[in-house]
Formats: sequence, C-alpha cells, structure tokens
Amino acid sequence: MEEAVGLLGLYGPEAKILAGGQSLMPLLNMRLARPSVIVDINRIGEMDYIRPSDGGIAIGALTRERRVEDDPIVAERLPLLAALVKWIGHPQIRNRGTVCGSIAHGDPAAELPAAALALDAELAVVGKSGTRTLSPDDLYLGYLATSLAPDEIIREVRFPGLPANAGWSIQEVARRHGDFALVGVIAVLGLTEGRISEARLVCFGVGGRPVRFPEIEGQLVGSTPSEDLFSATARQVSASVDPDGDIHASAAYRKEVAGVLTRRALEQASERAKGGIQS
Amino acid sequence: MSVDIRSQAEAPEAAPRAITLTVNGKRYSARAEPRKTLADFLREDLGLTGTRVGCEHGSCGACTVLLNGAAVRSCLMLAVQADGQELMTIEGLADGNQLHPIQQAFWEEHGLQCGYCTAGIIMSLYEMLRRNPKPSDEEIYDTLGGHLCRCTGYQDILKSAKLAIKLIGG
Ligand SMILES: Cc1cc2nc3c(=O)[nH]c(=O)nc-3n(C[C@H](O)[C@H](O)[C@H](O)COP(=O)(O)OP(=O)(O)OC[C@H]3O[C@@H](n4cnc5c(N)ncnc54)[C@H](O)[C@@H]3O)c2cc1C
Ligand code: FES
Ligand code: FES
Repeated sequence: MEEAVGLLGLYGPEAKILAGGQSLMPLLNMRLARPSVIVDINRIGEMDYIRPSDGGIAIGALTRERRVEDDPIVAERLPLLAALVKWIGHPQIRNRGTVCGSIAHGDPAAELPAAALALDAELAVVGKSGTRTLSPDDLYLGYLATSLAPDEIIREVRFPGLPANAGWSIQEVARRHGDFALVGVIAVLGLTEGRISEARLVCFGVGGRPVRFPEIEGQLVGSTPSEDLFSATARQVSASVDPDGDIHASAAYRKEVAGVLTRRALEQASERAKGGIQS
Repeated sequence: MSVDIRSQAEAPEAAPRAITLTVNGKRYSARAEPRKTLADFLREDLGLTGTRVGCEHGSCGACTVLLNGAAVRSCLMLAVQADGQELMTIEGLADGNQLHPIQQAFWEEHGLQCGYCTAGIIMSLYEMLRRNPKPSDEEIYDTLGGHLCRCTGYQDILKSAKLAIKLIGG
C-alpha cells in the first residue's frame, strides 16, 4: 500500500489506481480517460477482507462486490448490503468490481455510494501525508468529483450496523435489470413502541451525487407510520430533488419516480421493522 | 487539491512485459504491452480466437472468460494483470471432439445463430453451474442478464441453459 501511495505521489494527477477496472477500463478503452501511469493495486496482499468491526463491518480495498452477496458476516450484521450489491450490474461485473472502487468512483447513479451515505459509513483513506477518515458526505462534491487527493487511496470502508429495531428497503428503477439506476431510493426506519425512532432516506440518480434529506428524516422521527405520512414524505422528496434529464429519462420523470420510490421504500422499511418481512 | 506539477516524475517507458499464465491447463510465456487488454492478448498473441470482442466496455459479455474460476470480462482486464493467473476460455471446454454438456445443450436447443455471443454465455453458465448445479430461475436470469445477443431473442438460450442443467445432472 505504501508503494502504491508512493507511486501516486510520484506521478501525481497523471496516475490512476486500477482496482476492479469495471469503471476505469471502459473509460480507457473509449479513450475518455488517458492517464499515463496505471497503478494496479490488485496484487497488494491482505486487502480482500470483510471483518466485523464495532457492531458493523469493515471492507478492504480489494474486496469484490460479489463477495458481499453471500458473506456470512454481512448476512448477519448488515443484510441490506448483501441485497444492495445484487443491484450492481451483473455477476460477471461484480466478480471484479470492488466495493471501495465503486465508492471512490462515486457514480451518482451507483448503489454503494448511496448506501455509504445512508449508513453513515466511514472511509479510511491513506495518502502521501498520512491517513485520515472521511464521511461520504464530505467525499462527494459533484458529478464524479470527490475530495480525494490524487495520491489518496480508500483503504477500507466501515459500515456501522443497524439497530435491531430497524427495517430497510432498496427501491430502484432502471431500463433493464443490471443497468445503472434511473432513480433509486434507500430507506431505513427504526420503530420503538409503534413510533419512528430513527429515519434515513437517500435518493440516487437524481443529480451529481447521492442526496440525503436530514430535515425530512427529522420530521419522520416521532411520528407513527401511516400511508398518509409516507405519501406526504414522498411529495416532499419529489419536490426537493433537482435531477437532470438525459437520453434515458427526463428530469420530470425522475422527480416523479423519486416520490413513488420513496413511498414504496418507507412502506417496505416499516413492514420490515415490524417483522412482517423475513430477512 | 493543488499539486506541484514540477515535482512530478515522467511516466516510465511502456515497454512490453514478460508474463506467464495458464490458459486451459497449458502454460504460456509471452510478452505483452502494458496497455493491451486481456481479450486482445488471448486472440492476437495466443491465437485463442473463440473469445469474442463486442463492445469493449463491459456491456455485451462476448469476451467473458474464467479467471481463477470466476466469470469476468476480458476486455476490462489488462493482459499484464493475468500474469501468474489461471484462465479458461471456450477452447478449454470440449474434450477432443466430445462437446461439453453446455455446448451439447446449445447444439440441441438451437441456442445460437451467428454465435458471436455464445462463447461468453457458455463461460458464464459454466461458472454458474460450478457454484450451484441446481440454480434457481432467478440465478439463471441474473447470469444471462450479463450478456447481449442480437440474434436469438434469448428464449432458445434459456432452453439451452435448462437442458445443460439437466445434462449435468442438476
Ligand atoms: C456493464 C457494467 C454495468 C455496471 N453496472 C453498475 C450498476 O448497476 N451499479 C453500479 O454501482 N456500478 C455498476 N458498474 C460499475 C461497477 O460497480 C464498478 O466496479 C465500480 O463502479 C468501480 O469499481 P472498480 O473496483 O471496478 O474500480 P475501477 O474501475 O478500478 O476504478 C474506478 C475509479 O476509482 C478509482 N479507485 C478505485 N479504487 C480506489 C480506491 N480504493 N481508492 C481510491 N480510488 C480508487 C480509480 O482510480 C478509478 O478512477 C457497472 C460496470 C459495468 C462494466
Ligand atoms: S467486449 Fe467485453 S463485454 Fe463486450
Ligand atoms: S447468436 Fe448472434 S449474437 Fe447471439
């Protein structure tokens, strides 16, 4: 790892890390990126791991997305994440693509950056000038722009576990299964004595980076789950997102779908929290 | 983040590198330009042209091969990354003139027309059946979802996959 950081420091912005290559290689093949030095980190030992950490899990820089699907520690501590990675591309992509690579790349329609934001993940970053810890909120600046310096590598991502009373849901609309999301929503709801004690809501595919809604989350806390509440929240989310339109979907469509998926996500998360959905 | 360009080193010369890899049980030593994809290397340098190149950005699946047993896109790997690794391509499947059961199934169920997509699909199915000889429909769809075919309309590919499962004894 020190050698990789050293090389990145030596060649500066001309150098790029190659992890799973499932985002970088297409860019190279299409000549959309033309770095003069590629630093392949695939042979760095002991970076392919999933470990328990403080009630949650820690995932190393070379852990492939596929491994998360049927890892026993993930299944026990954070089943949301096992379900989430199945939305990423296809098994053949997940066999190479890494969890940390997806988070570092930061595609606004990608699942893992949105999950990192929703789950308050911590990113352990190593660079020329030492190590630091970053939150996903501080990482994502805008479209494929992050606050990582050219010599910095995400060495590990740590996802805290969810409280036992929490339910979750992942909702996504894409043109075909395995495509990047047109719009996606991740919701987590904790219920205590019938009232919402914790709420997290993240929308992705609706702008330059995944978005979280702290104010809307705050309003949910203390309320009793109901159809009316979730419909009202859906309208709020729909009104506050500001997506771009492109060849795949118009901005108006994305706004509408963000609302619909928010309602479905809250309903499902609430059902799960009540124990109505297995796993 | 500002970077002092003057302190930056020049990129090193991209001379071909010596690599050694195993493909279909046979060891190969060759030289590969660092920028060459594994797909191009297999086809142009090792003459293993069964692996096809369609889109070169991971979408179509035509170039799928097994890397240490896992189905991966060979267009999204560099040849130099395969140094010391074990690969399997479509050429490694048949036993002489005896087709592999997955190949046999594609033959019997007309799972191919032009055949451009076929090698990649068969390698993905091979991995799927290695992991689980009795896959659910969902697993089959998930696996085939990683492949594009412009000819068949997919129904005969699905039938072929199901026959392959039967032939293999799942
Ligand atoms: C056909 C296809 C479909 C896909 N569908 C989806 C999808 O539906 N959803 C989705 O989320 N993704 C999808 N992907 C992308 C996939 O998840 C990628 O694997 C992921 O985005 C990048 O991870 P990687 O390990 O392949 O990174 P690479 O491609 O190796 O690197 C991507 C970028 O991140 C940098 N980088 C990599 N690792 C690190 C690190 N540890 N620290 C700092 N910088 C790093 C690299 O320098 C590069 O700039 C798809 C890809 C393909 C080809
Ligand atoms: S050529 Fe590799 S996926 Fe299309
Ligand atoms: S048989 Fe022609 S592309 Fe599939």
